[in-house]
Amino acid sequence: MPRIGREQGLNLGLALALLAAPLVALALAEPFYITLATRIAILALAAVGLNLALGLGGMVSFGHAAYFGIGGYVAGIMAHHAFMGTPGPLGIPGTGQMLPIWAMAMVISGVVAAVIGALSLRTSGIFFIMITLAFAQMLYYFALSWPAYGGEDGLPIFRRNAFPGLNTMRPIQFFAVVYVALMLAIGVFAMLRESRFGAALMAARQNPARLAALGTAPFGVMLVGFAISGAITGLAGALMADLTRFVSPAMMAWTLSGELIVIILLGGTGRLFGPVAGAALLVGFEVVFGGMTEHWQLLLGIVLLLVVLFARGGLIGTLAGREGHG
Amino acid sequence: MTLALIIEQMLNGIQFGMVLFLMAAGLTLVFGVMGLINLAHGSLYMIGAFVCAAVAAWAGQFWLGLAAGMAAAAIAGALIEMTVLRRLYDRDHLDQVLATFALILIATEGTKMIFGPFPLYLGLPESLTGTVDLGLAPYSRYRLALIGFGVLVALGLWLVIGRTRLGIQIRAGEADRAMIAALGVNIRALYTIVFALGAGLAGLAGALVGAIQSVQVGMGEPVLILAFVVIVIGGIGSVRGALLGALLVGVIDTMGRFLLPRAFALILPADQAMGVGAALASMLIYVLMAMVLVLRPKGLFPAHA
Repeated sequence: MPRIGREQGLNLGLALALLAAPLVALALAEPFYITLATRIAILALAAVGLNLALGLGGMVSFGHAAYFGIGGYVAGIMAHHAFMGTPGPLGIPGTGQMLPIWAMAMVISGVVAAVIGALSLRTSGIFFIMITLAFAQMLYYFALSWPAYGGEDGLPIFRRNAFPGLNTMRPIQFFAVVYVALMLAIGVFAMLRESRFGAALMAARQNPARLAALGTAPFGVMLVGFAISGAITGLAGALMADLTRFVSPAMMAWTLSGELIVIILLGGTGRLFGPVAGAALLVGFEVVFGGMTEHWQLLLGIVLLLVVLFARGGLIGTLAGREGHG
Repeated sequence: MTLALIIEQMLNGIQFGMVLFLMAAGLTLVFGVMGLINLAHGSLYMIGAFVCAAVAAWAGQFWLGLAAGMAAAAIAGALIEMTVLRRLYDRDHLDQVLATFALILIATEGTKMIFGPFPLYLGLPESLTGTVDLGLAPYSRYRLALIGFGVLVALGLWLVIGRTRLGIQIRAGEADRAMIAALGVNIRALYTIVFALGAGLAGLAGALVGAIQSVQVGMGEPVLILAFVVIVIGGIGSVRGALLGALLVGVIDTMGRFLLPRAFALILPADQAMGVGAALASMLIYVLMAMVLVLRPKGLFPAHA
């Protein structure tokens, strides 16, 4: 149901601001801010994935760093084998091309999310949170102790993976790739939300018993939602690996799972552009206050606590008011 | 691989299990009674360790440090319950996760500001240094005492929950909150007491572990996540489940790390066997958790079976 309201205006403003910021930085020859905008866009993309599970399906996953890390490792491992000229795992040849890497990252992180989801969705509530966190921690320790791809030391990507027709080593061109991926993911999120599947997913959150009574088993709907969610976050991980040209177990650390939830809360749970607003707020907070004091995380904790206790609905909720989607 | 080595590793597993039990007992009580997920439980563990190390260094007395660490964690727990967590009991789990995540950030940076970014040193108490001869194998006196502490706490909890008025109120609180409030029990005070009790146990665990590992910022969260695994395996809200789950996780994790690299050495070259064995051993308890989820989704010993 298309309607032009305050939220739509705000979304358009956010999309344009994220596009304009690096262009201004380019004009002023400040490449640091291009990289910063790229980081915001990648974190927003990861959070769009989580928003599908958390915002629409009500599945509070505290383990999405796992899919982020898997996407990152797919990019790192493929690039490593392409650079070394050695065959990759299972004899798959390495590649330095983003498009096949993205496909692999999304498929593998989606499949892992489906397996973890199938186990975790046997429970709900507090159990679900603890189990997703625990499985992510398992993959973290595996990455840490598996020696083939750097283990604790991580794996460098010597040459940023390529995109047909672009020079991804130029920060602005890489930003363009990331930006388009983000907007496509937001488009997919919007399409899913308006679809029959999205309606079923939201119903599974609000009233699983009624959904079951209508002839749709909540488990299957939620599992598919969770797998798609993991795949999108995995794509973000592959892009982050290319941004930093380095993957390490830190990409799977539990703190990142927490940060993704924080991004969604700051922007507004279930909102289309909530992840963009939230990622910009979080990264902006880090840059502004991290420059002033090394203890900026204390400040972040206090702000976060106040937001949870007193300002529910996030930035978009505060600016655009309540929305129709429950 | 001698028998003495195997016995030592078994005891190490039990000792690790006891630390996990001290963490999981508090967590599971708070889940059971208040329905709250508290990610900041690991911060209370850290606070216990830091206060213990600081007081022990200042007073030259380990036991004073241990008491201070436990008390500091209990007081910190009561304070955050009264100021923050109390407002979250009626909120959904997402808000609880976020608020307690925020508390972790505050506790971690706060500890860094007070104690500095470097690890603190906490030595073993004089009376517990050296080893004990168990007949088949010598074993660290301190680790043995740690197992003893765990057994004492388990007995104490069993007595408190099963045999005292407070225990009756805790069990009633798990069953029906509104009803015991209607019966005139001060439910707010009960919640604060339960939370402080759990926090004190976490502080005790942190202080005890501080003497055998380094006391550093961020030490609590890996233990917290393992305590979650324990609770999933043991069953939510059940102290008995927490004890058995903790021992299971402690022994399987420790023995897996000890045995798997040696097992793989039989079929793989030595350098590969270490890596493969260690990587798989680190996943073992999560595989156990997955199996429990498939076979018994409510845990092995659910509180309300």
